[in-house]
Amino acid sequence: MNLPLTGRIKPDNSVLNLKEYQAAHGYEALKKALAMPPNDVVNMVKDANLRGRGGAGFNTGLKWSFVPQGEQSATPKYLVCNADEMEPGTFKDRWLMECDPHQLIEGMAISAYAIQASVAYLFLRADYNLSAKVLQQAIDDAYAANLLGDNILGTNYNLKFYLHTSAGRYICGEETALINSLEGRRANPRAKPPFPQVSGLFGKPTVVNNVETFCNIPHIIQHGVDWYKNLGIGEDAGTKLYGVSGKVKTPGCWELPIGTSVREILEKHAGGMQDGLKLKGFLPGGGSTDFLTEEHLDLAMDYGTIQKAGSRMGTGTMIILDDKTCPIGMVLNLTRFFAQESCGWCTPCRNGLPFVRQLLTDIENGKGRKEDLDTLLEYCGFMGPGNTYCALAPGAAEPIQSSLKYFKDDYLEHIEKGCCPYKH
Amino acid sequence: MSELIHAVSLEENAHVPGELDPLTEQEREEIEHEMTHYPFKQAATIEALKVVQKHQGWVSDGKVKAIAQILDVSPEEVDGVATFYNKIYRRPVGETVIAVCDSVSCWVMGYEGLMSHACEKLKVQPGQTSADGRFTLLPTPCLGACDKGPALMFGEELVTNVTGEEFDKLVK
Amino acid sequence: MANIEIDGKHYEVKEGENLLEAILGLGLDLPYFCWHPAMGSVGSCRQCAIKVYQDENDTRGKILMGCMTPAKDGMRIGLEEEQVSDFRDHCIEVTMANHPHDCPVCEEGGECHLQDVTIMSEHTTRRYRGKKKTYENQYLGPCINHEMNRCITCYRCVRFYKDYAGGKDLAAMASRENTYFGRHEDGCLESIFSGNLVEVCPTGVFTDKTLARSYNRKWDLQTAPSICQGCSLGCNIAPAERQGKIKRITNRYHGEINGYFICDKGRFAYDHINSDLRLRDCFVENEKTSYDEALQHTVKLIGEAGSCIGFGSEKASMEENLLLKALVGSKNFCSGMPAAREQQLKEVLNIYKNARTELISLKALEACDCILVLGEDLMASAPRMALSVRQATRNLSFELADQTRIPRWQDEAVRTLAQNERSPLIMATVSGSELDEIASEKIHAAPAQLTAFGFAVAASLEGKTCLPEIAETLAGELTEKAKSVAAQLRTAKKPLIIGGCSLNSLALIQACGQIATALSRARSNGTVFKTPVSFVLPEVNSLGLALLLDDHTLKLEEAVQKGSEKAAIFLRADIYKHLPFEVAEKMFSSISSGISFSELPNRTADKCKINFPAASFVEQEGTVVNNEGRAQRYFEVYAQANPSIKEGWRNLLNIAKGIQGSLAQAKPLAELACFDDVSHFVRNSAPVFSTWDQVAPDSKFRIAGMKIPRQPHRYSGRTSLQANIKVAENKAPEDSDSPLGFTMEGAPTQRPPALNALTWSPGWNSNEAINKFQDEIGGHLRGGDPGVLLLREKQGEDLQFSFTKAQSAELVAVSQSRLFDSCELTVLSAALVQRADIRVAMLGEATAHKLGIQDGDLINIKVGKDGISLPALIDRSVPENLVSIPNDIHTQNELSAALLPAPCQIVRAVS
Ligand SMILES: Cc1cc2nc3c(=O)[nH]c(=O)nc-3n(C[C@H](O)[C@H](O)[C@H](O)COP(=O)(O)O)c2cc1C
Ligand code: SF4
Ligand code: FES
Repeated sequence: MNLPLTGRIKPDNSVLNLKEYQAAHGYEALKKALAMPPNDVVNMVKDANLRGRGGAGFNTGLKWSFVPQGEQSATPKYLVCNADEMEPGTFKDRWLMECDPHQLIEGMAISAYAIQASVAYLFLRADYNLSAKVLQQAIDDAYAANLLGDNILGTNYNLKFYLHTSAGRYICGEETALINSLEGRRANPRAKPPFPQVSGLFGKPTVVNNVETFCNIPHIIQHGVDWYKNLGIGEDAGTKLYGVSGKVKTPGCWELPIGTSVREILEKHAGGMQDGLKLKGFLPGGGSTDFLTEEHLDLAMDYGTIQKAGSRMGTGTMIILDDKTCPIGMVLNLTRFFAQESCGWCTPCRNGLPFVRQLLTDIENGKGRKEDLDTLLEYCGFMGPGNTYCALAPGAAEPIQSSLKYFKDDYLEHIEKGCCPYKH
Repeated sequence: MSELIHAVSLEENAHVPGELDPLTEQEREEIEHEMTHYPFKQAATIEALKVVQKHQGWVSDGKVKAIAQILDVSPEEVDGVATFYNKIYRRPVGETVIAVCDSVSCWVMGYEGLMSHACEKLKVQPGQTSADGRFTLLPTPCLGACDKGPALMFGEELVTNVTGEEFDKLVK
Repeated sequence: MANIEIDGKHYEVKEGENLLEAILGLGLDLPYFCWHPAMGSVGSCRQCAIKVYQDENDTRGKILMGCMTPAKDGMRIGLEEEQVSDFRDHCIEVTMANHPHDCPVCEEGGECHLQDVTIMSEHTTRRYRGKKKTYENQYLGPCINHEMNRCITCYRCVRFYKDYAGGKDLAAMASRENTYFGRHEDGCLESIFSGNLVEVCPTGVFTDKTLARSYNRKWDLQTAPSICQGCSLGCNIAPAERQGKIKRITNRYHGEINGYFICDKGRFAYDHINSDLRLRDCFVENEKTSYDEALQHTVKLIGEAGSCIGFGSEKASMEENLLLKALVGSKNFCSGMPAAREQQLKEVLNIYKNARTELISLKALEACDCILVLGEDLMASAPRMALSVRQATRNLSFELADQTRIPRWQDEAVRTLAQNERSPLIMATVSGSELDEIASEKIHAAPAQLTAFGFAVAASLEGKTCLPEIAETLAGELTEKAKSVAAQLRTAKKPLIIGGCSLNSLALIQACGQIATALSRARSNGTVFKTPVSFVLPEVNSLGLALLLDDHTLKLEEAVQKGSEKAAIFLRADIYKHLPFEVAEKMFSSISSGISFSELPNRTADKCKINFPAASFVEQEGTVVNNEGRAQRYFEVYAQANPSIKEGWRNLLNIAKGIQGSLAQAKPLAELACFDDVSHFVRNSAPVFSTWDQVAPDSKFRIAGMKIPRQPHRYSGRTSLQANIKVAENKAPEDSDSPLGFTMEGAPTQRPPALNALTWSPGWNSNEAINKFQDEIGGHLRGGDPGVLLLREKQGEDLQFSFTKAQSAELVAVSQSRLFDSCELTVLSAALVQRADIRVAMLGEATAHKLGIQDGDLINIKVGKDGISLPALIDRSVPENLVSIPNDIHTQNELSAALLPAPCQIVRAVS
């Protein structure tokens, strides 16, 4: 099987250093890209139909094409890597960074060249200390090898490259909040429009992409659009890192063709449910996606299919709910997380999530009322897409609204029995 | 005329501002280095806070003032940022911060048991520091180790699949 | 224009304007919190949600925030559709989840925007079962109270304080539902605009601490339209009274001047009105008498003297000054100002009236994209103007926004786009000013150098090299800067020159005049370019008084001479402040027949034979002319019960009646009976006053036959207010001099702006109701912003001013403008006096070194025969050979700031 993203990673997960990376054809794509007109790089990525791996799945090349180019356009331009990975249940970018840092750096360098950025920041979440160490070493090595910095590989292209380590907060992963954070401000998101491609970091054109997204870039450049498109099995292109956590036999993360079925991921790679447990539901792509259930096991894990089923592929890392774990407890845990991680800027999220948290706490503790279920549903609508300033609160509403759909009986049982049946 | 002038007395609860705690030479150097990464000084606020925390364990009011000074902004500006981010400690912490992941996958894997074990062992509530000053126990959002839950950060280090026994070993 | 449909009805609105603004502008109601007409939209509160259908084909529609959505032709909008009204209800439901519901004990109660929106959004039942959060509050100084539990996290406070007004010490702290708005630690809010938080905060987090000392609800306060007496800008205010005491002052919207904001001096400097130090009785030779007796003595005194010298005042109204001048005759009238200041004001008038200049309002100032400030520390001498200058520096960011197609009202986006890019502001002052931080160019130099700099700019504008004597005065670096400043002024879309009287320099004003002329020449091609100029003047009615000066007007020293032979009336004038102490003392040793009208004790009043207590500006009507030449009327807020305290104009008419037999010119005055008569007298006195009748409606003005009440229609306790004195209800005082009544009955709506001090509309009890009174949101008041511009359209001519080299002195003392202790108004404000800057004499490093002075040393500064001791402060921004002395009330006591700048000597006091 073709594993472009993880194929080079050593079995013991130790770091691939610059020499080793270059020995495995590393940085050849950068060389190739630097010889192309920047716009051709953009078009190639667009044609490859690489969709953002940070969760929203927007066509990466298309996003780049919105950056104003030409003499008159604002400078400097910035490229930012979103390595904030804090979506509950998500643990894919860490793997790529800890084990093959140069792949990311090369991807970023090519991308920066494509949009003609002169400065790149790698925004890394606070707790990824090992990643920070590995990346800083790799950046230093790349500078020393003239793969970053001035006059890269003698091409006149200059790129400053900085590692920024964050100080916490999930909202920093939202790209405009991330930009504010990079500016040394509070990480409140910004209004869109204007989009970062037009007015981003320090008010200048900026592109933000996810770690995994960048890691795809060298391979597209090196092997071409068709090759890349053929990696996927469904309508989407490329491979995807899929993960499974929860009470399965072998939780973990694997690179698979995009479009692999949920069942294959869960049963073949994650080893199926732990003995004595049954699958009750799962969040397909992190904590801010809608629950799906057994009936969806044969769906392909790609953006379109999962969306049609009423959820989102998100980050592609599933969280499994088993039949001995309380779904309301799980939703409450998620809601606590989102309420706590709200930046506090807009009302539905800042005050709506605590409101919902209160209702869920009451229900979980056996103090719920029947009408609370309607209130919960009302609130999911209230915090829905478009109603808030950024996508945090709508994301938070997703597991709640779908749990009301699939696990209504559990809710009613809590209310009727006046306690959590899973605990008593 | 003089009556006009003496009609005035100062309010009693007028506040005396706290003292600035100057940056150490090393802190200053490191912050100045970070400042070179950005077009504006203020953009290095988070780095500055992290530098001070690295050396002091936490960021005191006096250090907030010192950071404000070097970045040429007000202490309010720095504090607004410092209090936003959960990995900046504005109160003293123990020698080692133990941050137990309390998010969904670790919850499924039973972090609550681990947390209550930790509380008992250290004789603290989440958010508190043990009496001997060695450990501060905190909950933390998802650590990105969901396939190996429950997970925790022991200082700088990620520890996964933590059991009660393993926890006891860590804090020995 | 865009045609839009709202709930089935068709309307025309401005294309691209945000829909919230459009909807409010149409007179419809839509709740909101975070949007502010002056501060734009950020879309955080989500309370202004509406349903928007993009065009006729759109059947699904979308919930959008009104404040974040530009109006587009063909849009259909649902305000009342269930889906959005539900959304808004949920929004307010969660907003109220943690609110303490402490309205009964909250100072905001009854004028609370949160109360209004809660009702408007139909939130009536509480479903939240959790506990409420509580916060600790901070001590924020003597002016502002902090009650964080009431916070609804709309971010308006920090957006005003930091983003709009440039304050540093207030920020959003923490996050999520714990977001906290406060300081890094307890302490006084430093911004001189902090008082606006009281009005900007939609609920009771920031309230007026000075009102809380003796609190009343909005509906129990009697108000009248008034004009701030704090500086020459003439901000419109609404002082509010109950039981004979002024309880607070709030902003009164004026579309051309103050808009939504005033400075803290304007808001908090009112204790002097209620002060125990107020003069309340008439005295004749230190004997307390009745008003009539004092009047008789006055008449007799003037009669015996055969004539009388009148000393006017920049702090007195036009009516008072003009009547005084008419009473004593032009030849016996003195402005009460020092001669130098008179010259400056005359020159200002000359430049305004005769040069190719355009006078501009503060609103117009905000559209200027290149500003040169010559010699004024605006933060102290014209604070509200400083706030406007700050907004003007944002013009570049608006241009960038236009290019990037970001609507100008999308505040956060415009700010993040522009970052630190600002339109040019050149601050040429003696020493550091707070505006320096946003200036593109900071120049700190002695007054003489600033003058030379101004002339150098003018020369460069005309493409000339500057005169050798100018070059000599200027350091080489400044000559270069003058060129670049000239280039910026020449290419700006709308340049502006700001000058003023703070440095007491005629030459500096002339330098401004010369720049105006040169710029007009440089930019006129075909059509005449009139250079926008604005001068900051010393007092509220300085320009008005200047309009009364003529060739006969006595110079102060002359008047003093003459006064010693005759009777002399001192109208709100403490001439001690304007003369060397020795001269003033000598004068009063010869003047035997002084008659003073004064609100507070002062040295001039002390020396007078007859003393009348003067009414304060809230106890009489009058008109003042601001620095732009705008005549504005203020009205009695409450009827002064003390029979000895009469309106200034009435005092003068009473004297005229008495002496008409012996003084011929008093006769026409004796025929004037009421304020309307006085107004007509003013109108007829000179062509410049021909539009005087339009300043405000006269006393006969009625709406549907009714007067305009000073009291809100919910005014309570009228029958019992004075029950401790008399059980029967007192008859309300009559007001025959204005169309206002001292009652709650009368015309409820449609009041002309000049007569309206009450911002209220059904459903809108907070000051946000102002949107119901504007022709467009943030625009003019419907019916026209009050006041009349006296100096209007003129052709202008090529006025030339020449540079004369100042005499050089080894060491010069200049006066330092002060905001919070510059006059009686502020030193009697218990709150403001605590906020005054420390009193120090500032010197530059080199000067201090030369004189062997160190920081904190007590130094004696001698100017002529007067002198003052002050601690020294070494400040790098102070130019060499200069010492800057605080022009505060203490200094004024010892050394007349009117004499500065002047050569001085400094010796270190032996400790
Ligand atoms: C609340 C929130 C958190 C997010 N966190 C992350 C994150 O941790 N990492 C990430 O790559 N994208 C995250 N995103 C998505 C980013 O906003 C953005 O879409 C992404 O970085 C774009 O990169 P891509 O196009 O390569 O996916 C988050 C979005 C939201 C609304
Ligand atoms: S939905 Fe609103 S409050 Fe929540 S994180 Fe986004 S901007 Fe902040
Ligand atoms: S007023 Fe529109 S979102 Fe606050």
